[in-house]
Amino acid sequence: MGKLCDVSIRGVEISFGAVRVLEKLDLDVAQSEFIVLLGPSGCGKSTLLNAVAGLIDVQAGQIWIGGKNVTWEEPKDRGIAMVFQSYALYPRMTVRGNMSFGLKVAGMPKPEIERRVNAAAATLQITELLDRRPAELSGGQRQRVAIGRALVRDAGVYLFDEPLSNLDAQLRAELRVEIKRLHQRLAATMIYVTHDQIEALTLADRIAVMKDRVIQQLGTPNEVYRRPANRFVASFVGSPAMNFLPGAFAVKEGAPCFLTEGIAIPLSGYAFEAPPQDGAPVELGIRPEHVEAGGEVPAKIEMVEPMGSDQLAWLRVGGHPLSMRLPAEACTVAGEAMQLRLPADKLNLFDAATGRRL
Amino acid sequence: MPLVRHRTASRLAAGLALSPALLVLVVVYLGCTAWTVWISLTSSRMLPNSTFVGLRQYASLMGNERWQVSVANLAVFGSLFLIASLALGFLLAVAIDQRVRAENTLRSIFLYPYSMSFIVTGLVWQWLLNPSFGIEKMVRDLGFPSFHFDWIVRQDMVIYTLVFAAVWHAAGLVMAIMLAGLRGIDEDIWKAARIDGLPPWRVYLSIVIPMLGASFATAAVLLATSVVRLYDLSVAMTNGGPGVASEVPAKFVMDHLFERGNLGLATAAATSMLITVAAVVAPWLVWQNRRARRAQV
Ligand SMILES: Nc1ncnc2c1ncn2[C@@H]1O[C@H](COP(=O)(O)OP(=O)(O)OP(=O)(O)O)[C@@H](O)[C@H]1O
Ligand SMILES: [Mg+2]
Repeated sequence: MGKLCDVSIRGVEISFGAVRVLEKLDLDVAQSEFIVLLGPSGCGKSTLLNAVAGLIDVQAGQIWIGGKNVTWEEPKDRGIAMVFQSYALYPRMTVRGNMSFGLKVAGMPKPEIERRVNAAAATLQITELLDRRPAELSGGQRQRVAIGRALVRDAGVYLFDEPLSNLDAQLRAELRVEIKRLHQRLAATMIYVTHDQIEALTLADRIAVMKDRVIQQLGTPNEVYRRPANRFVASFVGSPAMNFLPGAFAVKEGAPCFLTEGIAIPLSGYAFEAPPQDGAPVELGIRPEHVEAGGEVPAKIEMVEPMGSDQLAWLRVGGHPLSMRLPAEACTVAGEAMQLRLPADKLNLFDAATGRRL
Repeated sequence: MPLVRHRTASRLAAGLALSPALLVLVVVYLGCTAWTVWISLTSSRMLPNSTFVGLRQYASLMGNERWQVSVANLAVFGSLFLIASLALGFLLAVAIDQRVRAENTLRSIFLYPYSMSFIVTGLVWQWLLNPSFGIEKMVRDLGFPSFHFDWIVRQDMVIYTLVFAAVWHAAGLVMAIMLAGLRGIDEDIWKAARIDGLPPWRVYLSIVIPMLGASFATAAVLLATSVVRLYDLSVAMTNGGPGVASEVPAKFVMDHLFERGNLGLATAAATSMLITVAAVVAPWLVWQNRRARRAQV
């Protein structure tokens, strides 16, 4: 079993030519923690992971792994292992060759290599594939082999760069569970890059949501889902996506409320972080599953999307579209009018200009 | 079944469109080949005749000293040229792939020669290697009066000068093929290898070269055809000399066809070359074919 290591990224900056990709980025990952870097394409997730691995140099800042400054160490000396989206297997070597080659070149004794390869293969259920070439494997099997090649390194930190993105939905779900089980077994530190929010929510101890060169929010899946730090995080996490209603903040008879097109939605019970001024333009966010029937907000059903276990109703509130999750057996008819309740403790209020949570 | 009829019709049309080309192929290539083989079995000298003499031309070919030298030269030239071109071309491609600073210089020294004919290459190297005004004279003028580099006029060394020139001519092509192969290799494989702690030379040797099998095969086939056809370089550089020391089979054929007026011997030599090439290529084609069929399944 590898040593337990924490990872500390301190003020790391990376540019490609004139393009700044990461700006003064700080991130502390605890021992045995599973952290997911989540963000849209091109936000610098892979760049950050490659910097931790030592595959690209940082322009400023430091990277510490296991209490050691490894900013200028070679990748092989950092005590890390990495799994790539494209598998990156050595095509002309067998599965066994792929898993053992690095250890062999490092001069490890043969029996020890054999032991590690067999153990990793057993863990990943690829023992019967050991003598095949990558070309003779399915995508899921290839990614298992790639994970196996990482496992034999017996590292303290495992880095995953979108390892499941090339797989179909079913395999993805299967391997996701397997990676989670692996994490529990090894108790190793894992940093996992993805742009799939389901993967992030199911796997992570903590999620770092990234965009525009910085981490937008760092928190547990629950925090990120329930109390998004800004409008971007709110819109990026969750499926179907959160609803947003533009409007204004007002105080009526001493009670805070949200006004849009003549409709007032009470906000008493909302946990403000920074209460806005009376009349300030704000945006109200609410997830489809938090919209309830039977209240004082008038709405009209425009369309219903059955989704198997439940259905998604598209409504219009004032002039704005709003989606609502309903149980599969609820009878809803397009064109019907209904009354809604938007519970204050489930709402999210954002500054219209900065997008910050209020 | 209109679809089937349609397909038959279009296949017929394609066949018709291709038939002139097919006709040319059959008449010109196969016809000429058959005629060559036939003449090699006759006693033809200056003009073709049809006096059948069996394998007598072949017997005298095998006993011909100039032919023996030509074949030996081809073997030496062919193996050295193939190995050196592949190795040099690959190393150049690696150098460029590793973004060495001299990329443009390398490109012009090695890629442009391929756009010249072997005649030009031959003349350039004949001049460079000529002891009285080439490299030897230059180095001597620089103050090394005892410098010797006269391979081109030495019977035992002249074939290697041909190899030099031909490698210089062909290395650029190999480099281009290999570079395309190298650029096609997934970046992530390099990253994975770095994390595995493999030194770059080890990655090239154990991972990259095995991946470039198809590129090596393509380059080797292209090079091999220019080995068999080797003629113009020998003519331009040394004209087969000194003596017959740099003669090659294709030149033997041409000389006996046109200068010496010995059709029988020339066609016997040509047929021998054809049989040798066929003996090498046929098994290879069969193997390729079988592999392609296996890949389809
Ligand atoms: N080698 C490079 N040279 C120049 N720019 C680069 C290079 N690598 C990445 N970039 C740029 O850096 C930014 C971040 O890239 P990165 O690969 O880290 O994104 P990502 O978050 O991993 O995206 P994805 O989800 O698509 O993999 C992108 O805008 C990209 O264009
Ligand atoms: Mg990426």
